[in-house]
Amino acid sequence: MLKDEDRIFTNLYGMHDRTLKGAKSRGHWSGTANIIKKGHDWIVDEMKSSGLRGRGGAGFPTGLKWSFMPKESDGRPAYLVINADESEPGTCKDREIMRNDPHTVIEGALIASFAMNANTCYIYIRGEFIREREALQSAIDECYDAGLLGKNAASSGWDFDLYLHHGAGAYICGEETALLESLEGKKGMPRMKPPFPAGAGLYGCPTTVNNVESIAVVPTILRRGGAWFKSFGRENNSGTKLFAISGHVNNPCVVEEAMSIPLQELLERHCGGVRGGWKNLKAVIPGGSSVPLLPANICSDAIMDFDWLREQRSGLGTAAVIVMDQNTDIIKAIWRLSKFYKHESCGQCTPCREGTGWMMRVMDRLVRGDAEPEEIDMLLDVTKQVEGHTICALGDAAAWPIQGLIRHFRDEIEDRIKHKRSGRVSQVAAE
Amino acid sequence: MSIRRLHTEQPDDFKFTPENLKWAKSQMIKYPTGRQASAVIPILWRAQEQEGWLSKPAIEAVGELLDMPFIRVLEVASFYFMYQLAPVGTIAHIQVCGTLSCMICGAEDLISICKEVIADQPHSLSSDGKFSWEEVECLGACTNAPMAQIGKDFYEDLTESSFRELLASFARGEVPMPGPQNGRYASEPKSGLTSLTEYNLSKYNENSSVTRALEYGDTIKRIQGDEVPILVARKNSTTSETA
Repeated sequence: MLKDEDRIFTNLYGMHDRTLKGAKSRGHWSGTANIIKKGHDWIVDEMKSSGLRGRGGAGFPTGLKWSFMPKESDGRPAYLVINADESEPGTCKDREIMRNDPHTVIEGALIASFAMNANTCYIYIRGEFIREREALQSAIDECYDAGLLGKNAASSGWDFDLYLHHGAGAYICGEETALLESLEGKKGMPRMKPPFPAGAGLYGCPTTVNNVESIAVVPTILRRGGAWFKSFGRENNSGTKLFAISGHVNNPCVVEEAMSIPLQELLERHCGGVRGGWKNLKAVIPGGSSVPLLPANICSDAIMDFDWLREQRSGLGTAAVIVMDQNTDIIKAIWRLSKFYKHESCGQCTPCREGTGWMMRVMDRLVRGDAEPEEIDMLLDVTKQVEGHTICALGDAAAWPIQGLIRHFRDEIEDRIKHKRSGRVSQVAAE
Repeated sequence: MSIRRLHTEQPDDFKFTPENLKWAKSQMIKYPTGRQASAVIPILWRAQEQEGWLSKPAIEAVGELLDMPFIRVLEVASFYFMYQLAPVGTIAHIQVCGTLSCMICGAEDLISICKEVIADQPHSLSSDGKFSWEEVECLGACTNAPMAQIGKDFYEDLTESSFRELLASFARGEVPMPGPQNGRYASEPKSGLTSLTEYNLSKYNENSSVTRALEYGDTIKRIQGDEVPILVARKNSTTSETA
């Protein structure tokens, strides 16, 4: 089990002093100028050696992403944009960082911006997080007053401005190019790539977009060394990670743990186990709504990291674990996600705009059993037509949960259709 | 995607309060010169905070302030779901999260209560005009499911009875304390801490969000701009480049 002294987010629940003074007493803002004085290359190399993979869902190596930014400016400024548009169903980890431990992300913003030659950083927080916005803004104000932001920030010799910006309730703005469009004051519709944001992002300038947690862990990694961070978790999946566990566990919570922790251990150590015991487990969505579910028989061996879950054709995503027990109507659960994606599709690409509605309507009939058995394959076919045929990954994200459902619970869908037709449950289901 | 149109009945005009106007102008300097359109989302939001919903005159006023064509502002107002394009309840608009984690923890029961107590259909006013409701998508408080946003605050860890009591309390003109409604502090395991035990100073009685809500007392208030000091965004001259 991860020890408290190895936890990065030591004020995750806000029970300790939330002010700058409190953050300093927990070791934040310590030696920030010295880190910066070691130079851009040292910071990027250390981040690469830490093995940190982006915490926003895709798991792209953070140090490598930073190295895509131009080393020399061609006259255009560079920007760091922090993605705090946390909206993936099941995910509620960045909220805890921003309202309880905001100095981790502010210090990280300064260091990361310096590493990428950016003098300005925007944090894009989702609009519904109003108190979180107030908490973060007041921490930013504290830092300006203490000289940690602004001209010669934290006596590092680097001039740095940090601005907080908010959205207004559109899931799609969590997609990095949609976020940039939104930050420019437009509808949040994703841009075609290339050009990638590192070439032309915010206002046409080189930009890197990172998740809140990815940035917030940076100062601690650099203080304690990339090797320390790498010592947690399996090869290629290093570090500590915030897990948000919701649904049918006895004690849902957000908790920081080492990567590659077995799922069962995570649930039993921190969440009081599955409601009604491990045998009562039906399925788990291990990484937020976009990743395919895992049925109970796979869950017993599950290891919570990028590579293991990928091998099971699921994913770690944002490490938002949604637990469903035997009482859950699993078809309806996935229908609810289809409804979510239909609601949140921005409408730009036809396969997604039309496909999400199509998939939701078929799912709606599957929930009631009011369908032909052939429609299961037809639905699967539609998900394949949406997947990979859109500008951004929302189309994929809408397709995957349904594919996971059909892969693992096809019997249950067929039984429901049969039941509806014959008015009785099949032999297997009745036992 | 859904179709969102302006309300059929519109007021004659819209005017920011002097403090809100000052606040709006202070937001525009966060962005490089000529990029003031970036401030459109926060400023539209403040217009809604002031009036409760977004009217056509408000959208036009924001367009003028930011030197944007009205259609660009309307696009934004109709794209983002937090903008209410029709009047909402005078006391509160109840937003119940209905996405997966909340659904499997009982959000459907909360929605039934809204239908029973407020109005049969979402986005329509209760008979006394004091409340309206809608089912919203994931609000990002999944470990505290089920939950609802009322005004600025999250009411978390709800049950049917605590939700009914909340609505009754608002109807009596009170503002019940936000945050978890089951005695939990924030997002820790409710049976007790499994980590960070040394970092529990018990310094504050309430969690970070609730502390602010109690301090400002603006959970369901129409915002006039004088609630908190207007802090002008700081910018140091060396980085105020134009892009």
